[in-house]
Amino acid sequence: MRHHLVLRVIAKLLIPFILVFALYVQFHGDYGPGGGFQAGVIFAAGFILYGLIFGLDQVRKVVPPAVVEVLVAAGVLLYAGVGVASLLLGGNYLDYGVLRHDPVHGQHLGILLIEFGVGTTVAAVMITIFYNFAGRGREGR
Amino acid sequence: MIAEHLPALQVVIPLLAAPLCVLLRRPGPAWALATAASWAAFGVAVLLLIAVLEQGVLSYHLGGWEPPWGIEYRVDLANAFVLLIVAAISAVVLPFARRSVAAEIPEEKAYLFYSMYLLCLTGLLGIAITGDAFNVFVFLEISSLSSYVLISLGKDRRALTAAFQYLIMGTIGATFYLIGVGLLYAMTGTLNMADLAQRLPAVADTRTVHAAFAFLVIGIGVKAAAFPLHLWLPNAYCYAPSVVTAFLAATATKVSIYVLLRILFTVFGPVFSFEAIEFDLVMIPLALAAMLLASTTAIFQNNVKRLLAYSSVAQIGYMVLGISLGSVTGVTAGIVHLFNHAMIKGGLFLAMGCVFVMLGSVQLRDMAGLGRRMPWTMAAFVIGGLSLIGVPATTGFISKWVLVQATLERGQWFFAVLILASSLLALVYVWRVVEVAYFRPAPEGAAEVSEAPLAMLIPTWLLILANVYFGVDTSLTLGVARRAAETLLGGAA
Repeated sequence: MRHHLVLRVIAKLLIPFILVFALYVQFHGDYGPGGGFQAGVIFAAGFILYGLIFGLDQVRKVVPPAVVEVLVAAGVLLYAGVGVASLLLGGNYLDYGVLRHDPVHGQHLGILLIEFGVGTTVAAVMITIFYNFAGRGREGR
Repeated sequence: MIAEHLPALQVVIPLLAAPLCVLLRRPGPAWALATAASWAAFGVAVLLLIAVLEQGVLSYHLGGWEPPWGIEYRVDLANAFVLLIVAAISAVVLPFARRSVAAEIPEEKAYLFYSMYLLCLTGLLGIAITGDAFNVFVFLEISSLSSYVLISLGKDRRALTAAFQYLIMGTIGATFYLIGVGLLYAMTGTLNMADLAQRLPAVADTRTVHAAFAFLVIGIGVKAAAFPLHLWLPNAYCYAPSVVTAFLAATATKVSIYVLLRILFTVFGPVFSFEAIEFDLVMIPLALAAMLLASTTAIFQNNVKRLLAYSSVAQIGYMVLGISLGSVTGVTAGIVHLFNHAMIKGGLFLAMGCVFVMLGSVQLRDMAGLGRRMPWTMAAFVIGGLSLIGVPATTGFISKWVLVQATLERGQWFFAVLILASSLLALVYVWRVVEVAYFRPAPEGAAEVSEAPLAMLIPTWLLILANVYFGVDTSLTLGVARRAAETLLGGAA
């Protein structure tokens, strides 16, 4: 893709907006349409676009596979961890109300963290799937 | 504080351990964590069963939202018993897994294997514990997706096609289940099983509800490998890693049978399922066909894992037959066979796991003379086989005894004859393995094979001895199963 100047310039221009839009969808999720799943996919799309234009080796330098794998686990841990935190604070599992003094604030914080966990895992899984498909047959060489 | 949160912990402990396994990255620590988590889950399951026996139904409101709006975990005797089966099998299989996984799965993938295994356990426990019809679907997907991955990790390349075949069938099954739940939701506006049971009778005579019933039963039938929807099962069990086969054969189909029980008796109620729909008219012939045809097919298999897989299809036939009889004794037979068959097949597949690690094959022809070279493993296989046939003083006998009682109660002596015929077929396929292992000399120039290590023999024998123990002392199994059947049949009437 080295000679496709237009693609490279446009991609570089678009990627920051894709990532920011993903974050908007992520943190807007508790008020309106959106949430962790959609945001994770959009966020990963930014990296996948970068990988498609500049090559797998480049994108692997930006987010090494080992880091992506940790992120896959970290998202689930955050989700389950918020649940455990609410257990320890005396509520039922995933009862965000107890996370703060004011139950409304607690619910807010809880859903934000949960969705962030979902977003992290979804984005990391999408990137992992891309790495695996794009990297097929490379190990042998 | 812990006591009231037991229902949540049952699912959360393996769920938390799964990502931690990924972070640990090394096979040893990942295995240790998985085993610890699985034992903890087993402890929780025991405590839950005790709590239910003492205080009756437990209800846990996830996130503090009241049912029917929020998700409710509802534990009564039926699912406390299923939770115990799943958690106990997993607690026995994981100690076995260390050597077996080291032999069958590349070292750099082992930690991911344990993570997937824990997710599968999470899913199966979740299906059993939840009282929300949609939540069942979510956990069904967690357990299914992880089991596709687990099966595809098999050493044989055919594991990939087996996993893909299961993926297609399993996805169709799960989708059918979801369509059924969607139709019910459209008619009643609720997803909580207890709430559904209250609202359904008012709309029971509509075509939508009838269609929902069909979708639910067929969808779960695929996951339970009920004949003739079992086509994914033989390949999946045959090519999966030994540990996975033992775990899934002993738990996955059992949990699906439990969901079938819930749908028939709790959600729709026996009156609708058996009088309006006449579920038994379709299912009894299919169950009988499963017992006879799958047992016959098993006789002609040359791979012992595949032979046992076909036998599983036949055994699921016994469970479906018991359930389809619709009486307390029949459902008791179905539930008690969930437990007994989990121990029989768990033990047998673990024995085959020992053989696979030491011999590198479970083909019948390679097993000639194995009785002398691996005496403990093959002895375990023989006792497990006797239990599969239903010899007195084993668990298999108890299941069949209750089932025959249930058929005779309905005056169907013909079914009883077919059950005995199917047991004779089981005798034939178990004998084929015994004959090769004990009465044929080892082939010339066969590789030296020694007995499996103790770390694998102990879990195998634990399940095999459980077969003998629960074949004599039936107070736990039969007692709980009967009370669970009474709850299921009485609760909805």
